[in-house]
Amino acid sequence: MNGDNSTDDDNTGETAPARPVLEAPDIARVLTRIAHEIVERAKGADDVVLLGIPTRGTHLARRLGAKLEEITGRPLPVGSLDITMYRDDLRMRPARALARTEIPAEGIDGRLVVLVDDVLFSGRTIRAALDALNDIGRPRAVQLAVLVDRGHRELPIRADYVGKNLPTSLRETVKVRLTEEDGRDGVLLGVRGTTPAGER
Amino acid sequence: MKRHLISAADLTRDDAVLILDTAEELARVADRTIRKLPTLRGRTVVNLFFEDSTRTRISFEAAAKRLSADVINFSAKGSSVSKGESLKDTALTLEAMGADAVVIRHHDSGAPHRLATSGWIGGSVVNAGDGTHEHPTQALLDAFTLRRRLVGGADGGVGRDLAGRRVTIVGDILHSRVARSGVHLLTTLGAEVTLVAPPTLVPIGAGRWPCEVSYDLDAVLPKSDAVMMLRVQRERMQAAFFPTEREYARRYGLDGRRMARMPDHAVVMHPGPMNRGMEITAEVADSDRCTAVEQVANGVSIRMAVLYLLLSGAESAVGTPAPTPTRSEETE
Repeated sequence: MNGDNSTDDDNTGETAPARPVLEAPDIARVLTRIAHEIVERAKGADDVVLLGIPTRGTHLARRLGAKLEEITGRPLPVGSLDITMYRDDLRMRPARALARTEIPAEGIDGRLVVLVDDVLFSGRTIRAALDALNDIGRPRAVQLAVLVDRGHRELPIRADYVGKNLPTSLRETVKVRLTEEDGRDGVLLGVRGTTPAGER
Repeated sequence: MKRHLISAADLTRDDAVLILDTAEELARVADRTIRKLPTLRGRTVVNLFFEDSTRTRISFEAAAKRLSADVINFSAKGSSVSKGESLKDTALTLEAMGADAVVIRHHDSGAPHRLATSGWIGGSVVNAGDGTHEHPTQALLDAFTLRRRLVGGADGGVGRDLAGRRVTIVGDILHSRVARSGVHLLTTLGAEVTLVAPPTLVPIGAGRWPCEVSYDLDAVLPKSDAVMMLRVQRERMQAAFFPTEREYARRYGLDGRRMARMPDHAVVMHPGPMNRGMEITAEVADSDRCTAVEQVANGVSIRMAVLYLLLSGAESAVGTPAPTPTRSEETE
């Protein structure tokens, strides 16, 4: 999923049990609010294209697309954007499998692209996503929607739509669970165990 | 640690499916306006070709360039090799130039293995065809073509193998590295392979390969999901393996009449270059059941996938030897 915080998904060596910070109804409410914010800021969301960043960003983008359709009464293009080939840490880990990039038939030229991801952390994933977009077309503007912003940015990047601001320490882990992928919805805050440095 | 791709037999089922899935994703890059990914920027791929080959070399070259690698083409003709330089000295030269990967085509079986295990070079070695031994990327692109055509679906069969599909490989098995790699890879992917050839063109020991051997093309055709026609490699034949070309074409060539006996969904494959009128008639070669041109396009995607998986990470995701991490770990 999102590259900068892949350790967030790592259960190994965890000492304290993870604490839920968002439950399923909270996630639904948050997505509804973000959908309304998108319509408000884009003045009707006529030219909006939603692109989710795999894996969980893709599911969130689909859900957001459904909410937007309820609000505007029109279906809008939803796709996915895999950023693996654009990562800046490829050479630090074993080669990775690719995820699906699905650009809607309408394309992204001249449109308002809203990138959707689950957790915003260092910002490196989004940097890679912007590079990837650049090779695909020229959007009118690019915005960013995330379910959780956990801080600790390493690049000058911010989100336009944030589900929940979650101040964390670097020792903590943020795990997003979605029904499509994990069988249930929830955002869990845990504490990373004593994983030896450099192992992940 | 895995670093090379020498033999299709070194690939596990999961390795092979990972390569095909990666190729399926990378094939989409060809549909974009900007057909380039930045992934191998600053890496050097050397195409070391001791034997003539246009399509394999340009395929590897296109693949490496689409991944932004720097490509150096080194062909034996007109180089220091024609002045008598040994493989070792050539390899040391390439190493000194900082090659991250060497794609090697050699007329001697085993040359890529020698290059990979000798310690002469530190980069990855990709076998692009050695003698009559193996040609793993050709087998991969054939498997990719088969999966798209036979397993198919909107996503090209991502995540799936070729379980239960019946593939018939016809022709000059003896001199064919495509057949050897094909048998290994296709059976690894769950396909049932049958070799059909005149007895003189079946290699010694083929009875121990994980496949059937038949001398009767007409009997096998009706139960084939795919028929792969091989070129008769005249340049490697120092003896008479069959009486006349005409007799060979009659018994083992694929014409329209024979093609009509294949099941409706079955495809005809050819690794190229084709000898029209010999192993395949123009009627078959030009029909929409023949995937020869598709195979060339798929070759670029497959070679991109192999170079990506070998070179992009701190260690290779596929290849010789050791097991791969599972998909779930890879995708987190």
